[in-house]
Amino acid sequence: MISVRNVRKNFGNLEVLKGVNLEVKDGEVVVIIGPSGSGKSTLLRTINRLEEPTSGEIYIDDVCITDRNVDINRIRQHVGMVFQSFNLFPHLTALQNVALAPVVVQHRPPAEVQELAMAQLSRVGLAHKANAYPQQLSGGQQQRVAIARALAMEPRFMLFDEPTSALDPEMIGEVLAVMKSLARDGMTMVVVSHEMGFSREVADRVVFLEYGQILEEGTPEQLFDHPRHPRTQEFLSKVL
Amino acid sequence: MTIDPGIMLEFLPYLLHGAIYTIVLSTVAIAIGIVMGLIIALMKIAPLKVLRWPATAYTDFFRGTPLLVQLMMLHYGLPQIFHYTPVAWLDAFIGLGLNSAGYVAEIFRAGIESIDRGQTEAARSLGMTYMQAMRCVILPQAVRRVLPPLGNEYIALLKDSSLVSIIGMSELMFRARLLNGSTYRPFEAFFTAAILYLVITLPLTQLVAVMERKMSISDKRS
Ligand SMILES: Nc1ncnc2c1ncn2[C@@H]1O[C@H](COP(=O)(O)OP(=O)(O)OP(=O)(O)O)[C@@H](O)[C@H]1O
Ligand SMILES: [Mg+2]
Repeated sequence: MISVRNVRKNFGNLEVLKGVNLEVKDGEVVVIIGPSGSGKSTLLRTINRLEEPTSGEIYIDDVCITDRNVDINRIRQHVGMVFQSFNLFPHLTALQNVALAPVVVQHRPPAEVQELAMAQLSRVGLAHKANAYPQQLSGGQQQRVAIARALAMEPRFMLFDEPTSALDPEMIGEVLAVMKSLARDGMTMVVVSHEMGFSREVADRVVFLEYGQILEEGTPEQLFDHPRHPRTQEFLSKVL
Repeated sequence: MTIDPGIMLEFLPYLLHGAIYTIVLSTVAIAIGIVMGLIIALMKIAPLKVLRWPATAYTDFFRGTPLLVQLMMLHYGLPQIFHYTPVAWLDAFIGLGLNSAGYVAEIFRAGIESIDRGQTEAARSLGMTYMQAMRCVILPQAVRRVLPPLGNEYIALLKDSSLVSIIGMSELMFRARLLNGSTYRPFEAFFTAAILYLVITLPLTQLVAVMERKMSISDKRS
């Protein structure tokens, strides 16, 4: 369970999150939508503390991760993150990208991790690219390796920040397919994405964020087909 | 008096010997510079102020004062205070090494900071500590980028090492000055020395150019 409680975030004088509350139950898929600059990335990044909230608390299971004394590196092992710009390690092959953290962070035996990494690459359909370097892969393939890299830590939660918005249209499908299969396997996911088709298919809940506040949330049908808030309607009419 | 190539040839073995010392001196100095420079660079970008400011003071001092002044302080200044007999070659190695550390630190810092922030974020999001991310993700990428500027620093060091002739280490420049003093043949002495410096630096300059070209190609691809 992820529980975001009254989280605020300031960058200097700019208040980017204005008291956000969000609960994500185990096995749930929550999609966050909202205009550019509304604070979607910032909200997502506070969940693994890549961004420190200015105030408020975030609980992962029963651990208050915004507590100063918490070992954030331990928490992050259970919370995978996928970035808009992939951020693969360019000096390592696909396989090495996936195998790095389990060896370095979890101190698992390299031979065992090799197998695990191979299995994760197969899961995203890229076993045959194990020895390719990121610059030899297409955008869609890079993003799938990035997903495999996060999965290799065997996380309980996955955070996705616009994972397909840097991709050419013909590559979006392959990444979404991987994410859908993850969702079907029961992974708890928080996804920032404006891919309606994906949301309708796998999201349990869609959250509309604007100016650092959650204006409305509900099932995909409720939110996309019968938005109550005029701002949501206006936003959807632009995106759809 | 005309130029006498015969005398240059006579000087050559003695100067060549000095050139070897110049190479050894510069190589040891850059090695000291790389080890110390890496530590200082890591301190400069550290999240803790107590680490940052001594590192900044170090680079400010060694880059902001002339090498000649540093060598004089080391070789004459410190012995006056601490009462010991200075050893010329030792002070040459130390002085040049400390000086290059200041420049190498800046090269490393720029190299590390040139790596995209997303790399650190990806590494940290996987649970790596700051140092693990540095060691496994950032430094391996930064090292490739700093090779050309490090090569340039080595070339600069080879030339600047001539300054240690002032404190009396018998490298190439010291020997050229000695020959000048004993034979009154300054042109032959210094011209031969100049050629020897060129023989050392030109191939290195070429090498750096090749590295720079390779790097700009691979940067374009990614
Ligand atoms: N590190 C930072 N320093 C200062 N301001 C920032 C920082 N990160 C984000 N902001 C600002 O906070 C606001 C929200 O940014 P955020 O990236 O969370 O928006 P977003 O909803 O993800 O937008 P987009 O759809 O464009 O990705 C923006 O105005 C942005 O300029
Ligand atoms: Mg964003």
